[in-house]
Amino acid sequence: MTSNNSALHPGSYLDQQGKYKGILGWLTSTDHKRIGILYLMCILVFFLVGVTLGGVMKLELLRPGEQYIDAQTYNGFFTVHGIIMIFMVVIPGLAAVFGNFFLPIMIGAKDVAFPRLNLFSWYIYIVGAAIAVLSQFGGKGAPDTGWTFYAPYSIDSNTNVTTAVLAAFVLGFSSILTGLNFIVTIHRMRAKGMTWFKMPLFPWSLYATAWIQVLATPIVGITLLMVIAERTFRIGFFDPSLGGDPILYQHLFWIYSHPAVYIMILPAMGVITEIIPTFCQRKVFGYQAIVLSSLAIAGVGYLVWGHHMFTSGMSDFSRMAFSFLTFIVAIPSAIKVFNWIATMYKGSIKINTTFLYSISFIFQFMIGGLTGLTLGALATNVHVHDTYYVVAHFHYIVFGGMGFAFFAAIHYWFPKMFGRMYNEKLGKIGWAIVFSGFTLLYFPMFILGLQGMPRRYFDYLPEYSGGHFISSIGAFVLITGIIIMVYNLFRSAKKGELAPANPWDGRTLEWTIPSPPPLENFDNEVVVTEHPYDYK
Amino acid sequence: MQHGEVHITSYRAHGVILVLLLFLTAITITITWVDAGSFSVGVAMLVACVKATLVLFYFMHLKFDALVFKVFAGMVFFLLAVVFVVTFFDYLFR
Repeated sequence: MTSNNSALHPGSYLDQQGKYKGILGWLTSTDHKRIGILYLMCILVFFLVGVTLGGVMKLELLRPGEQYIDAQTYNGFFTVHGIIMIFMVVIPGLAAVFGNFFLPIMIGAKDVAFPRLNLFSWYIYIVGAAIAVLSQFGGKGAPDTGWTFYAPYSIDSNTNVTTAVLAAFVLGFSSILTGLNFIVTIHRMRAKGMTWFKMPLFPWSLYATAWIQVLATPIVGITLLMVIAERTFRIGFFDPSLGGDPILYQHLFWIYSHPAVYIMILPAMGVITEIIPTFCQRKVFGYQAIVLSSLAIAGVGYLVWGHHMFTSGMSDFSRMAFSFLTFIVAIPSAIKVFNWIATMYKGSIKINTTFLYSISFIFQFMIGGLTGLTLGALATNVHVHDTYYVVAHFHYIVFGGMGFAFFAAIHYWFPKMFGRMYNEKLGKIGWAIVFSGFTLLYFPMFILGLQGMPRRYFDYLPEYSGGHFISSIGAFVLITGIIIMVYNLFRSAKKGELAPANPWDGRTLEWTIPSPPPLENFDNEVVVTEHPYDYK
Repeated sequence: MQHGEVHITSYRAHGVILVLLLFLTAITITITWVDAGSFSVGVAMLVACVKATLVLFYFMHLKFDALVFKVFAGMVFFLLAVVFVVTFFDYLFR
């Protein structure tokens, strides 16, 4: 990642070395930009592992009947795919990579408030990830509970559930510390003149996210410890045979895990809100509405967890309350979509790879969001619960939303991070294949779900063959597109054209410093006088 | 706490809080012997809240902090209370 830096301007963070050189220099650096790159590399590796597992599952599902892996292996594959993608890719994803790299720069600071704590967070992430990887091997086989570890099966399963749960517990600490760091950084280290309502919208989204990370993650931590205690000491928290309540597990799990969806999607919305004004050269429409909608999503999103439990045996009153709140959270989400579209209206739109990923995000997020309302309505939820409809909805939000925002972000900030431009033509080809593959892979799942195909089954009846076949073909198209995108970015990091300081004509602070940024970001103290999106 | 200011709480004050915390712990244990039905949990939670407040205010110096920190800490507990209430509504109406 530092090769061929000699052509870049001297003094960039890629060249600066502390006490140690080479890989040790990276592993001991407390520079927020280097820590962001460390997260990027790890997340990329885990993402490719998760994609591979998903690819094998789609290969198995290409035709009905057992093809390449047996049912128990399939159970392990979807569990491991979920654990890796949720806890190691999408939850840390945007905040850990782009938040670490760009939050201090965008608010005019030299680093985060606690740089050593920041590096410590990364090490905790690595320890958690190592435990998660270990859980896949040895013992009595990979965990087979799904990433939700639902009790009482997670209590009774004799696979490596304890290790996997411990991994999720450890990874949670990394998330909490990153959130804490961001909250203090935003409160204490904004540049002179950067009032709350002059702060760019990506830091605002990170601020809302950080509060969820700090407030919600401990709950799942305790819950996972309770699972370990129940498995190890037979204390009856969740298993009815021990006097426990399995629905309590679902409450506690989703109190965290639904807000976790907002930990994923809020920074994604922040990224898109940065990109659209830049490529439309228009002041963002409804700045304050976007800020308030981020806070509203974080606040109301905390209280909708019960919509995962409509068929679990929860009380009727709770079901109605959670359904109502779920519909409420759609309002701030829709406000953002209207703001993005209104920003584009009459703008000088420049359609490049970054922008294409961004508008794909809006398109897919809308499909994911609107199908979420189908699931939030009590009557329809009963029909589609635990079917492929849920799998499709979930992937449209998490991959079509957060994943595409991640791809948009890496293209948008690539010149700033690596000091070189990516290949635009190859980028667009990659986008077209990724977008087509995504649609082919996930859209048929809505239809399969409506037809009644249950999720997490390794085999299916012949009437579902058509949908599964198209979906599997889509998976291979998507993987091809991802390979092209990754190749383009790696190649461009080494051989791309040198990037100017402000290749996209952006207005936020990161575009005022050289590409790649110097070690402490700014030579002089930053004084902010203008709104972040003042396009002439 | 304002930057640069140092507040020293007396040993006597710390001692009083310690005795109070021990007394409240005794109440928590005692309540487990009394069959107060569903109120047992409520009383135990209430006692736990009072203990947490004492620790926050005296041992963690929230008493001497600016209002904004008190508000933020209060919001966290408010959120926790909301989560508890919403969860227990399910049990109440099930």
